Amino acid sequence: MSMTSYLEAGRRAVMEEMQRDERVWALGEDLGRGGVFGQYKGLQEMFGDERIADTPISEACIMGAAVGAAMTGTRPVVEMRFSDFALCAVDELVNQAAKARFMFGGQMRVPMVVREPIGMWRSSAAQHSQSLEAWYAHIPGLVVVAPATPADNLGLLKTAIRNEDPVVYMEHKNLWALEGEVPEGEHLVPLGKAEVAREGVDLTIVTWSAMRHPCLKAAEDLSAEGIGVEVIDLRTLWPWDREAVLASVGKTGRLLVVQEAVSVAGFGAEIAASVAEALHYRLRAPVRRLGAPRIPVAYAPPLEDQARVTDKAITDAVRGMVVPQTVA
Amino acid sequence: MAARKTTAKKPNVSGDELKQYYRDMLLIRRFEEKAGQLYGMGLIGGFCHLYIGQEAVVVGLEATAKENDKRITTYRDHGHMLACGMDPKGVMAELTGRQDGYSKGKGGSMHMFSKEKHFYGGHGIVGANVPLGAGLAFADKYRGNDNVTYTYFGDGAANQGQVYETFNMAALWQLPVVFVIENNQYAMGTSQERSTSTQDIYKRGEAFGIPGEMVDGMNVLSVKEAGEKAVAHCRAGKGPYILEIKTYRYRGHSMSDPAKYRTREEVQKMREERDPIEQARDMLLTGKHASEEDLKAIDKEIKEIVNASAEFAKDSPEPALDELWTDIYAKEVPQGEAV
Repeated sequence: MSMTSYLEAGRRAVMEEMQRDERVWALGEDLGRGGVFGQYKGLQEMFGDERIADTPISEACIMGAAVGAAMTGTRPVVEMRFSDFALCAVDELVNQAAKARFMFGGQMRVPMVVREPIGMWRSSAAQHSQSLEAWYAHIPGLVVVAPATPADNLGLLKTAIRNEDPVVYMEHKNLWALEGEVPEGEHLVPLGKAEVAREGVDLTIVTWSAMRHPCLKAAEDLSAEGIGVEVIDLRTLWPWDREAVLASVGKTGRLLVVQEAVSVAGFGAEIAASVAEALHYRLRAPVRRLGAPRIPVAYAPPLEDQARVTDKAITDAVRGMVVPQTVA
Repeated sequence: MAARKTTAKKPNVSGDELKQYYRDMLLIRRFEEKAGQLYGMGLIGGFCHLYIGQEAVVVGLEATAKENDKRITTYRDHGHMLACGMDPKGVMAELTGRQDGYSKGKGGSMHMFSKEKHFYGGHGIVGANVPLGAGLAFADKYRGNDNVTYTYFGDGAANQGQVYETFNMAALWQLPVVFVIENNQYAMGTSQERSTSTQDIYKRGEAFGIPGEMVDGMNVLSVKEAGEKAVAHCRAGKGPYILEIKTYRYRGHSMSDPAKYRTREEVQKMREERDPIEQARDMLLTGKHASEEDLKAIDKEIKEIVNASAEFAKDSPEPALDELWTDIYAKEVPQGEAV
């Protein structure tokens, strides 16, 4: 084990997979200078400008070209910089990449990874802050991954690159500098397998991406009050680990879903509905969701903060579910 | 339909006009320097794209605009707002995210508007504002007036597909739109040579029957002259026109870009030999349109305006939290519980 940042873990994943498999290559804007966040630093020097390819600012063309290149058997890693910008290329992703295997009767496949960072950091306003994972989870044919830790960013990105279908890989911009233990040597994390990040008996929190961290903080704070919170980090949204979630809620009888994205029609709604369908009569409290209100992310810090789920909001919500009489 | 290169012009405007352009460019320069300072102090956050070096482009073109003409641009928008007469205080207060900013603190550097000045933003997605510009022009044509729309974008955006869909439609419908390509030679960190197959972007209109020309964007008079020709073409109902204006940004793509993809010497050479404000200053002095004292008085006036905008932007209150729930739908729609 060694301490590595979330950003470096992603860089290492691409590097290791490019060393392992010469069909793997990457394309996007400014990759030669290391990518806009530094997540490709030094890779063009190492692999040359054909395998780490700089492109014009042409998202639709980048995505479309990657789909074509993937259909012929290469394994492109597409860098979109921000999930907000990737919207310029959604047709190629949703109508082409996601459906090619199906439409061509399984003769064609599109093994590509689309990296499109999500989330709020600070004052990036409405077009650079969105968490759009639910859009892609809705599309048959796509795999959706949202890692929360450096180790997962390494292991999931490597697995995503080896995957045979298009993967929308959503790193969180606010996690780039996060340091964590990362295994030395080969490290792969399977898709569709959640992690029980903390065990508890009273309530289950299901979360993913950056929200894992405030959830763990809230769970720690609540343990001092004698409330045992189990925190499940989904890690991949499609496929999602239904078995792990149902097992946990079956045990605790309470479910709180925590997401950074707009709560309305977010992926949390899918989790909540699935649990209600499967476990309705075993629930000890109504299922709850915490997420952003349905508003664009604002620029001014106090307004931006209104869209954030804080560890305090989480502890309040948990208390309200476990000990209803404490609700004002 | 022939495309030609414009060369630097001798002054063919009055001394007062030239002085006005000098003043407007200097306002942008000093405003942006102040914004950079406030960013360094943490008073401005997020993405902040400075216009320093490109001032002659927007000032030269604004000199060709008449009342009710429209403009729309990308995220490097501070200069455009100042040049079309928006209040520096309101712009700076938006940069600091305060309630007196043009977007009440909700939009920030990249997203400001002014209906009064016909400034339609301030857009954060590269190339995405170009079809909008055609739509603005369509509305004017539909209404039967002779307004034109200045649609600004960069050399980077020129590689976005929707730009060519827009060229086609604007030519097909003969829309009164001036496509202004501010070619500052770097698409973020990638030079034009490394991102663009043919270097003369203005020629790309030929495939659609749109005339275009390349313009020296470091000389405000060259820009104005080319702009007048383009605007006359549009106002006469002859359809769109392309101006590829060669310019240069002295700072990084945004405040978080150290611009290591080019040499210090390259920037220095441009500053020393081509600076648009220095060129205007030379023309004013050698043409005896202004004395050193006149220019000092302008410097002082600008400094006061910029300082006042910064003070205003620091003193303006942060937006009220209720504000977050307004301006989402035309009629405030109940949002339900914030689940």
